[in-house]
Amino acid sequence: MASLTLRGVRKSFGTVEVIKGIDLDVASGEFVVFVGPSGCGKSTLLRLVAGLEDVTSGTIAIDGEVVNHLPPAQRGLAMVFQSYALYPHMTVYDNMAFGLKIGGDRKADIDRRVRDAAEILEITPFLDRLPRQLSGGQRQRVAIGRAIVRNPRVFLFDEPLSNLDAALRVTMRIEIAKLHESMAGTTIIYVIHDQVEAMTLADRIALLNAGRVEQVGTPMELYQTPANLFVARFIGSPAMNTVPCVIESAAVGTKVRPQGGNSVAVAAAIPGEAAGSEGIFGVRPEDLKLTTESDAIFAGRINIVEKLGEVTMIYITTGDEPIVAKLRGDVGAKKGDNVGLTAPLECLHVFDHEGTAFPRTLG
Amino acid sequence: MIAKLVRGAAFYALVSVIVVVAVFPFYYAILTSLKSGTALFEVDYWPKALSLANYVSVLTTGTFLRNLGNSLLIATVVVALSLLLGVTAAYSLSRIRFRGRGLLLITILSVSMFPQIAVLAGLFELIRALGIYNTPPALIFAYMIFTLPFTVWVLTTFMRDLPVEIEEAAIIDGATPWIIVSKVFLPLMWPALVTTGLLAFIAAWNEFLFALTFTSSSTQRTVPVAIALFGGAGQFEIPWGNIMAASVIVTVPLVVLVLVFQRKIVAGLTGGGVKG
Ligand SMILES: Nc1ncnc2c1ncn2[C@@H]1O[C@H](COP(=O)(O)OP(=O)(O)O)[C@@H](O)[C@H]1O
Ligand SMILES: [Mg+2]
Repeated sequence: MASLTLRGVRKSFGTVEVIKGIDLDVASGEFVVFVGPSGCGKSTLLRLVAGLEDVTSGTIAIDGEVVNHLPPAQRGLAMVFQSYALYPHMTVYDNMAFGLKIGGDRKADIDRRVRDAAEILEITPFLDRLPRQLSGGQRQRVAIGRAIVRNPRVFLFDEPLSNLDAALRVTMRIEIAKLHESMAGTTIIYVIHDQVEAMTLADRIALLNAGRVEQVGTPMELYQTPANLFVARFIGSPAMNTVPCVIESAAVGTKVRPQGGNSVAVAAAIPGEAAGSEGIFGVRPEDLKLTTESDAIFAGRINIVEKLGEVTMIYITTGDEPIVAKLRGDVGAKKGDNVGLTAPLECLHVFDHEGTAFPRTLG
Repeated sequence: MIAKLVRGAAFYALVSVIVVVAVFPFYYAILTSLKSGTALFEVDYWPKALSLANYVSVLTTGTFLRNLGNSLLIATVVVALSLLLGVTAAYSLSRIRFRGRGLLLITILSVSMFPQIAVLAGLFELIRALGIYNTPPALIFAYMIFTLPFTVWVLTTFMRDLPVEIEEAAIIDGATPWIIVSKVFLPLMWPALVTTGLLAFIAAWNEFLFALTFTSSSTQRTVPVAIALFGGAGQFEIPWGNIMAASVIVTVPLVVLVLVFQRKIVAGLTGGGVKG
């Protein structure tokens, strides 16, 4: 329904700069997730978009119109807060109708919109109750309902599920995904610190770190071609194995030698002058396989074996860093065994010494 | 078993002492107010003959009814203005970030630390200059000096504890600061409003020094001053019966107010709005 454009957005609280220049384009109807470690500025960025905080510099535009100086209500947004933030003294119905009444909508119109939203969220039986008479999940539905009735151009969610228990969180996550489908064309910005939730919900993820966007892309882009070490380590569980390496040959026939491992060909566009320099080699635990051939990248003694049923995790030490492999099923490896680990060419990542990924040479 | 009994007995003995100490003066006032003539000067602890003569005399002679009306008007306006100003000031002091906010709060609180007598002369000049000497506005104005600091302070503390997100949700819903205060905060602040309102009412109702200083004619006086200035038949006679009857009459509204609003003080009203 509406596109969102951020250009050079910065925000300081006093002398502390929390948002350090963010450029982002969100297309109409897109579901974009802001993810990042706690305290990286996700909520602040969302509140800047909402208008609850003023930007220090930069512009925020909705549908091409700069909204920097518009108060929140006139930006055509709705926001769902982590703590629900329902009006405690109003019934569910009044909670949802409050904004519409302020807006001076016709009574019949308000009634229809509130009842429609209640129907979608299955909270019709609770319309006359007070928030304190509802469970956590029901309260969160009311909070979402309050956002829906506003018929917003952009939906903002700030960690809406983090107060719910794990099982309910999964259910609500699926419902939010369904809601997005049913409200075709509604743009959603969703803040979360949990990368799994981010991966499952997002059309695109904006990964934030210390007030900057590290990478924007589809979940699979971030997973398969992380732009830098931070993204590589943040996305995926357990985190990617990253070890220092020496770039043995660059430009053509690119090869690197990870610390404690064997020389291996990689599909990375490393400029010729980087040959001989230090870099960082990365491979995801789930991409590693056991091997007895000479193609082992890492070989060593197994320190720990964790059998989780569907997967087995093994930890080996070759150089300074332990290497984790996540292997499908029960592989029958025991503690103390000497094993080799390898991974396909397309799953190997190389970063320069500053942590920026070298571009891939595979499609 | 016996120890328990003794402890129980001691507990109730203590409670009785407290109740007697607290209630006896008022009980004795009621008792005295119901006596008449020379019975006034006999010490009794139980009513013997009940007479309403003192009440009739207080209400029908002099300006007591008028004084009662003055007190009621002044105390009510003081409460209304204090709460209105208190709530709006509390909103800015608790929610709007500005330079010197802490200093301002401390200043407001320290205003209430001056003894009344210290501000009396200055206030007198001010009231004369404003031309409201010997009128109810003079007392309303003067009383706000001591009701506003604690009203603002208590309401600010209370409002600061209200979840910010509720306010932000209202802002996104398009609420203006006035709607936020009146439709969202006020209903949540009942306990604080009732408590501070009652305290302000009692303070204004019972105030003596300002009332004595800033009024000169008997029709403008408030009840405490009027009672103190009751004159007896002779120069040396103190009309104890009338004083006691008047005291009982002025105490009753306070007791009624407290009893009525006690039910309104609903704790935990904010439950369910935020978090689980
Ligand atoms: N109103 C504020 N005043 C000062 N610092 C703030 C304020 N709001 C947030 N911050 C700081 O900004 C940083 C980012 O906060 P936030 O956006 O809430 O992080 P996230 O939501 O990613 O966990 C934190 O270090 C926080 O302390
Ligand atoms: Mg946050």
